[in-house]
Amino acid sequence: MQPVQKNKRKRHFTKEDGKAYLMLLPYIILFSTFILVPVIIAMGLSFTYFDVINEPSFMGLLNYITLFTQDEVFLKYVLPNTFLYALIVGPGGYVISFLLAWMLAQIQPIPRTILALCIYTPSMLGSVFIGVIWKTIFSGDQSGWFNSILLRLGLIDTPIQFLLTSDYFMLIMIIVSLWSAMGIGFLSMISGILNIDQELYEAAYVDGIRNRFQEIIYITVPSMKPQMFFGAVMAIVNAFNMGWIGVTLSGANPTPGYSGQLITNHIDDYGFLRYEMGYAAAISVVLLLVVYGFNLVAGRLFGDND
Amino acid sequence: MKKRKQRRGDFQGSRINPRNFSRGQIKFYVILIPLAAFMILPVVMLVNRAFMPLGELFAFPPHIVAHNPTMNNFKSLFALSSTTGVPMLRYLLNSVLVTVMTVALNLVITILGAYTFAKKNFKGKAALFEINQLALMFVPTAVAISRYLVITRLHLTDTWLVHVLPLAAMPVGLFLVKQFTDQIPDALIEAAVMDGARELTIVRKIIVPLIRPALATSIVLTFQQVWMATEASNNYVNNDTMRTLAYYLNSLSTNNTVAAAGMTAAASVLLFLPNLLIFICMQSQVMNTMSHSGIK
Repeated sequence: MQPVQKNKRKRHFTKEDGKAYLMLLPYIILFSTFILVPVIIAMGLSFTYFDVINEPSFMGLLNYITLFTQDEVFLKYVLPNTFLYALIVGPGGYVISFLLAWMLAQIQPIPRTILALCIYTPSMLGSVFIGVIWKTIFSGDQSGWFNSILLRLGLIDTPIQFLLTSDYFMLIMIIVSLWSAMGIGFLSMISGILNIDQELYEAAYVDGIRNRFQEIIYITVPSMKPQMFFGAVMAIVNAFNMGWIGVTLSGANPTPGYSGQLITNHIDDYGFLRYEMGYAAAISVVLLLVVYGFNLVAGRLFGDND
Repeated sequence: MKKRKQRRGDFQGSRINPRNFSRGQIKFYVILIPLAAFMILPVVMLVNRAFMPLGELFAFPPHIVAHNPTMNNFKSLFALSSTTGVPMLRYLLNSVLVTVMTVALNLVITILGAYTFAKKNFKGKAALFEINQLALMFVPTAVAISRYLVITRLHLTDTWLVHVLPLAAMPVGLFLVKQFTDQIPDALIEAAVMDGARELTIVRKIIVPLIRPALATSIVLTFQQVWMATEASNNYVNNDTMRTLAYYLNSLSTNNTVAAAGMTAAASVLLFLPNLLIFICMQSQVMNTMSHSGIK
């Protein structure tokens, strides 16, 4: 990220500044109202008890203490689930999308466009559509796609209730999420790879690079650091934004046996079902901090830290 | 590998963006084609379900492709009304209206914002852009509750604006358009200023025509968000006549009757097609924009 430019002399707010802010005003107003202010409110509410009806009452750090010491569902299911899910879908999805982008860059333009479109399509479907498709595939009766394949192969005798039991639930969530994870970050990486100066590769081979793997490590990735960073941010955000997937697939919050309970579901559970807004806000703040933490790591790896 | 070296006789490194087919590409096709098929198959399947007669929807073994395609699902979908008597067409119309309004508003504020960030020097610019870059990692579901509080406090519930305003400012869109605008030479703008052009004229006559690909990308991204959004219809609107198609599809899909299954598939296709078409039309512009998408 760009360093803050320090003005040598203290500059007063000029007419030009005013004009610039006037043009930015619509964006600043909407951004503040629907992004910035909600984040600040969540931080504020996280230190209170608030049931929507009565005024919030200040509780200090109690919500956070309860969350990390008393909340059995959070500690036993939500936290491990979230980390498992986020690590596979975030960094895992990221590595997959890089590899796919890299392979796509090695083939001719027309097949590349077609294949890239197939791979990108699931990411633009939206929650409702994804729910409809995968509920049909993993439906618990014999007309469910996956069940019918297993039945015909003779691997099972009776259909498995994939979406109503906890056995396979997390696995299905991860598959569905990875399936729809090849979005805008993936596109960014394709064009990043395509735009690398060819001479860099030539020079590298003169300098003694021997194989494709070295080529990726020493040339491709370092030459497209900005795209790698953008892709990483998108992958992480996508992993946490997909929190609805478990509830959409099972049709219930909490998910079967808490097997697919992620931190976003826990927020909804306390916020919209139990109306404990202060506690829900504390969980939101933890979530935002976790996302921020992941991004710091991405920044370390790909940011401009020279 | 060796063969290629002999044939070309020179640098045998990168084979990025090849014009012609070579045997070395086969291994990539072998991996990519099945994978792409896996990605697209569920979509193909659902699209086919939309054209299946009721008997075929629950056949065992299930059909991938409709054997006896019919338009009946679409016919009954359009003839259908919700339990509160709101016809399907109303939801469709609402979706179109809300989407057009949001995309248009987003376009205007993104153009103005991106131009200002890219080409103006003003106090607090670096800090503001940094905040926007932080917002790229914003997870909306995390603050659903405080968003709800803000929206009720502003009396936006049960208005059309509640569909539009929360999605009109999109940090990713602004970021991409700004990165693209950066590469317009300052000399162009300076020349226009010399000729006495006013700020908005510069934006309209010089900036907008040059950043079309980035704007197309911003439109695609906004469209995908709004067209599929159910948040506003679920949480902020109580009046069925103001809800959208995505919301209606959601309520259809939780209905477990046989007739609903066909109509759900039909409604899904109706939602999905515009999305796909817009992306296909604009894909080369999107890819052009993506080459400037890096975070430095």
